[in-house]
Amino acid sequence: MSKEPVAVVGVGQTRHVAARRDVSIAGLVREAAQRALRDAELTWNDIDAVVIGKAPDFFEGLMMPELYLADALGAVGKPMLRVHTAGSVGGSTALVAANLVAARVHGTVLTLAFEKQSESNAMWGLSLPIPFQQPLLAGAGGFFAPHVRAYMRRSGAPDTIGALVAYKDRRNALKNPYAHLHEHGITLEKVLGAPMLWDPIRYSETCPSSDGACAMVLTDRAGAARAPRPPAWLLGGAMRSEPTLFAGKDFVSPRAGRDCAADVYRQAGIADPRRDIDAVEMYVPFSWYEPMWLENLGFAEEGGGWKLTESGVTELDGDLPVNMSGGVLSTNPIGASGMLRFAEAALQVRGLAGEHQVDGARKVLGHAYGGGSQFFSMWLVGSEPPGA
Amino acid sequence: MPEVLKAPLVVEFPFTRSLGPVQSAFLTGLREGVVLGVKAADGRVLVPPVEYDPVTAEEIRDLVEVAPTGTVTTWAWNHEPRRGQPLGTPFAWVLVRLDGAGTALLHALDAPGPDAVRTGMRVRIRWAQERTGAITDIACFEPYDGEAVQPAGHSGEFTDPVTGIVTPARLDYTYAPGRAQSDYIHALSGRRTVGERCPSCRKVYVPPRGACPTCGVATVEHVEVGPRGTVTTFCIVNIKAKNLDIEVPYVYAHIALDGADLALHARIGGIPYDQVRMGLRVEPVWTEDARYPDHYRPSGEPDADYETYKELL
Ligand SMILES: [Zn+2]
Repeated sequence: MSKEPVAVVGVGQTRHVAARRDVSIAGLVREAAQRALRDAELTWNDIDAVVIGKAPDFFEGLMMPELYLADALGAVGKPMLRVHTAGSVGGSTALVAANLVAARVHGTVLTLAFEKQSESNAMWGLSLPIPFQQPLLAGAGGFFAPHVRAYMRRSGAPDTIGALVAYKDRRNALKNPYAHLHEHGITLEKVLGAPMLWDPIRYSETCPSSDGACAMVLTDRAGAARAPRPPAWLLGGAMRSEPTLFAGKDFVSPRAGRDCAADVYRQAGIADPRRDIDAVEMYVPFSWYEPMWLENLGFAEEGGGWKLTESGVTELDGDLPVNMSGGVLSTNPIGASGMLRFAEAALQVRGLAGEHQVDGARKVLGHAYGGGSQFFSMWLVGSEPPGA
Repeated sequence: MPEVLKAPLVVEFPFTRSLGPVQSAFLTGLREGVVLGVKAADGRVLVPPVEYDPVTAEEIRDLVEVAPTGTVTTWAWNHEPRRGQPLGTPFAWVLVRLDGAGTALLHALDAPGPDAVRTGMRVRIRWAQERTGAITDIACFEPYDGEAVQPAGHSGEFTDPVTGIVTPARLDYTYAPGRAQSDYIHALSGRRTVGERCPSCRKVYVPPRGACPTCGVATVEHVEVGPRGTVTTFCIVNIKAKNLDIEVPYVYAHIALDGADLALHARIGGIPYDQVRMGLRVEPVWTEDARYPDHYRPSGEPDADYETYKELL
């Protein structure tokens, strides 16, 4: 028996900011969930199951969100599942929810991811003082910056590419009312003039720390037929993992990412992603990851990702817009960041992305990664159902 | 076989929480000596209050004062109070349904022994001397045989509400790094870096984990690597980390020790930070009593060719 087609009929998110002191975590997730229900014109009673994801427990000291948030998410008397995969969790959470619909276990599923970074401490969570081990010398940026230098060496990219990405994403964020950073008056000179934190990564090329949540309502064919607004159809979705460190690990272009993308393209019948996909919302916490992932995801040959960025192909009005929402560089509630990518892809193919809508976006890829480049999750959504 | 190491590991952090309107009113009430519940759609008063109705999922905000007296609905005796628990002497964990409430609140009951506790017994709140707007403002419950106290009907509005709390979290572990890491650490005490070779793919893991993550087989063959190595990639750190006493800027590098198939991470010294480059050959610099090399410095050899380390970035 073939899988049930899965449709996204509701998308909701909070207005992401540095600190939401006015709400509890329950209040924060509730806002996103209600916006998703409103978009789908559904009520709590229409939801058959809830699947949630969040950042690693140590980040915000919240160990059992499925227990704490069951009433806030209308999950009483329903199955409620929690998904863990570090920074990619928002993506894998959406995929677990989608699989429940595809397998005809449930008809309509609410999926949600969140983080209140203002009440978290990711830096502390990542650097617990493990006995006998050397302390981590440089924080998250210090972990990723050497990989960026490796990419620059391998690809021969000019050292201004990262700044171009940050300049683009921050301008895109100005068109997205939900984005955290709205840097009016941003210029390329300002991006280039920012201090180097972990050379080659400038302050202006790093992501902010945000409070936010994102929710989606996923449903089957019958649910999509009742939806008041156009659905986004899941054309392919996959997850892949690999160890953080192993001999032969390619941090610049991890094999798990390549394999994950290939699986999605196979499911969706994508022969040439650069030709067949209209836009990409990818997980770029440090600007240079845009050209790196363009190669990893097959949009450019090895060493060619930066040329797409440099030539303007990834601009909002370019041939392959990347991070139309402003991306992780403009909004980063870590636990929700992956789902925000997936949700943006859905909004684009539904034609509901507002000012940052890409004209004629029919197939859009949402991408998330996490851990030490070890978890990958992606989905390709389209404006037409699979097989259409 | 050398001894397998272990050491205490305490993980603790003072997490903060924004309360939102309902928890804010509840905890502010405790500070003022008032217990507030919230009325659910079915008419029950939930204490402690929640923001969303557990039956209908609708938002609930109708705050209702309940009495500081109530009835024990069930209990368990705690023979050995632990760090951070409400009382330092043995006490009963109790669920108390306060008069006027439809649900029970978990707290401690100060009683001389388990024989003095029973389901259905009447109790009242013993307030803490200093109250800040936290569940600990209720010091504990105590047996009570007086009249039920009538609540005054507080509105739940306060002039100076508590909006956030600090919730310190602490976990006590005994950490054991395991056989392979213990061997590695013992060798380091003799200033030797010893990895392990995978019997299947022949890769040398430093530090060793006792198994090859690619092949999934145990690694046991010890292989001494280094002491010299090659900087494969690096970054220049310009921001000072809170927990580290290192002057910025400094170079944080991936170093492939000679003979290792995985790069280690270490600081580079003995050379201006802006002269560090990929391919630089380095050697360890040890300080007295240190478990790890303090940093690596240039060895004076010619730079390694990119082709020799490009798989080790
Ligand atoms: Zn192996």
